[in-house]
Amino acid sequence: MRINCPICGDRDWREFYYLGAADYLNRPAEGDLDAIHKYLHIRENPAGVTKDLWHHEAGCSSWLVVERNVTTHEILGVELAAEVKR
Amino acid sequence: MGYNAFQILKEGLTGNKGWRPVWRDPEPKSEYDIIIIGGGGHGLSTAYYLAKNHGLTNIAVIEKGYIGGGNVGRNTTIVRANYLLPGNSEFYSHSLKLWESMEQDLNYNAMHSARGLINLFHSDGQRDAFSRRGNMMCNQGDDAILLDREGVRKHLPYLDFENHRFPVYGGLYHPRGGTARHDAVAWGYARGADQLGVDIIQQCEVTGIDVHDGKVQGVQTSRGTIRAKRVGIVVAGRSSQVAAMAGLEVPIESHILQAFVTEGLKPTVDHVVSFGMGHFYLSQSDKGGLVFGGDLDFYASYAQRGNLPMMEHVMEAGMSLVPAIGKAKVLRSWGGIMDMTPDGSFIIDRTSVDGLYMDCGWCYGGFKAVPASGWCMAHLMAEDKLHEVAAKHTFERFRTGHGLMDEEGTGSQHNLH
Repeated sequence: MRINCPICGDRDWREFYYLGAADYLNRPAEGDLDAIHKYLHIRENPAGVTKDLWHHEAGCSSWLVVERNVTTHEILGVELAAEVKR
Repeated sequence: MGYNAFQILKEGLTGNKGWRPVWRDPEPKSEYDIIIIGGGGHGLSTAYYLAKNHGLTNIAVIEKGYIGGGNVGRNTTIVRANYLLPGNSEFYSHSLKLWESMEQDLNYNAMHSARGLINLFHSDGQRDAFSRRGNMMCNQGDDAILLDREGVRKHLPYLDFENHRFPVYGGLYHPRGGTARHDAVAWGYARGADQLGVDIIQQCEVTGIDVHDGKVQGVQTSRGTIRAKRVGIVVAGRSSQVAAMAGLEVPIESHILQAFVTEGLKPTVDHVVSFGMGHFYLSQSDKGGLVFGGDLDFYASYAQRGNLPMMEHVMEAGMSLVPAIGKAKVLRSWGGIMDMTPDGSFIIDRTSVDGLYMDCGWCYGGFKAVPASGWCMAHLMAEDKLHEVAAKHTFERFRTGHGLMDEEGTGSQHNLH
């Protein structure tokens, strides 16, 4: 699997750290325990296209949102998390 | 059909034409007392213990593919009870006891082999951790022996004891640990359940779960509607999809785990051995193939195949520990879909739908749990009460944070186990 980092270009996935579903970008408000439980633990976990957060640990250190088909490992798109968040 | 020496001799001499299927292939009825979705090891053992322990026999096990065709037929077959934390400790202890009586109980040869499991350690810190784990295992009533380097050498003379980077300091020996023939476990439970009257319905895909007024009514399948007031979802690997059919969301992320088998070799590896300085564990099947595996690839996947870097890591770790295996050729590799929970421990619990139960989240350790998982899920479905050895394995623990069973001590987060 290779991930096309918007800053560094096409790189082997060994350079990246996988954090999990891009749900992590939408942190709920403090104190809303149900929302925090959902944010931390509950996953849609589709057998299809997902958006995940990856950290280009051995490269530019950017956080990326990687759109990926998890049944084929095909990478469909890569964006900087900072831009997705904005 | 009986299995005995006479039968084997007779069939051997007459071209093996007399063997018959050992479970029926029934048409689904329109209604059952209980439906188990999923005919893997856990689903079949659930059905078997519902019938045997609770006298409930009007049961259908509904399987999309065929019996023994999923993760139960493709895993590294290890059976052990070397867990540390309350919750896991008593559950796996119970499971190991069931393994030890299963073949007599089912009258079926699952080739359970208590060949001993040795977890190697390579530093003083690891020795302390394994010593603690061994004490916990003994406290639970299971067996553990701390071996020093020479003790390990006596059991495993083929390791590279001269490796300067990862010296073997010793190992935690669990004599009752071992292996079993994986698909035979599924076949044994299928045959046992069938003989008690359970309908095993293969090639039948569940496409929907009917819920009315918060109560489960039955399932929609590729072979029609089947009604039941109690339904168990036992489909680790596809738990999120099947749960979604009832509108449920579960704390599971699916990951991939790879394993490998070499060509058949003469008997060399008598135990199950795990490396403490890289993720690698090894045993030898009765056919002679070396069976070994590593860690997850560590990204969500349903692809049922992994990527090469993890394969490379496993091979490197294997070569560090047992350089001799470098001469063996790898015949097959396998990637299975693992239901990963945040804390790395499983779930056997009720759901928010009345009459709908789930047995899921087996992470990468489901095989050894097959007997106790079925035992506890059957108890839950029959009595509507959590079984005492699995009582901590609820959905609620993630919401509250109480009673998390994070065996590795890394944190309760999806990508850490």
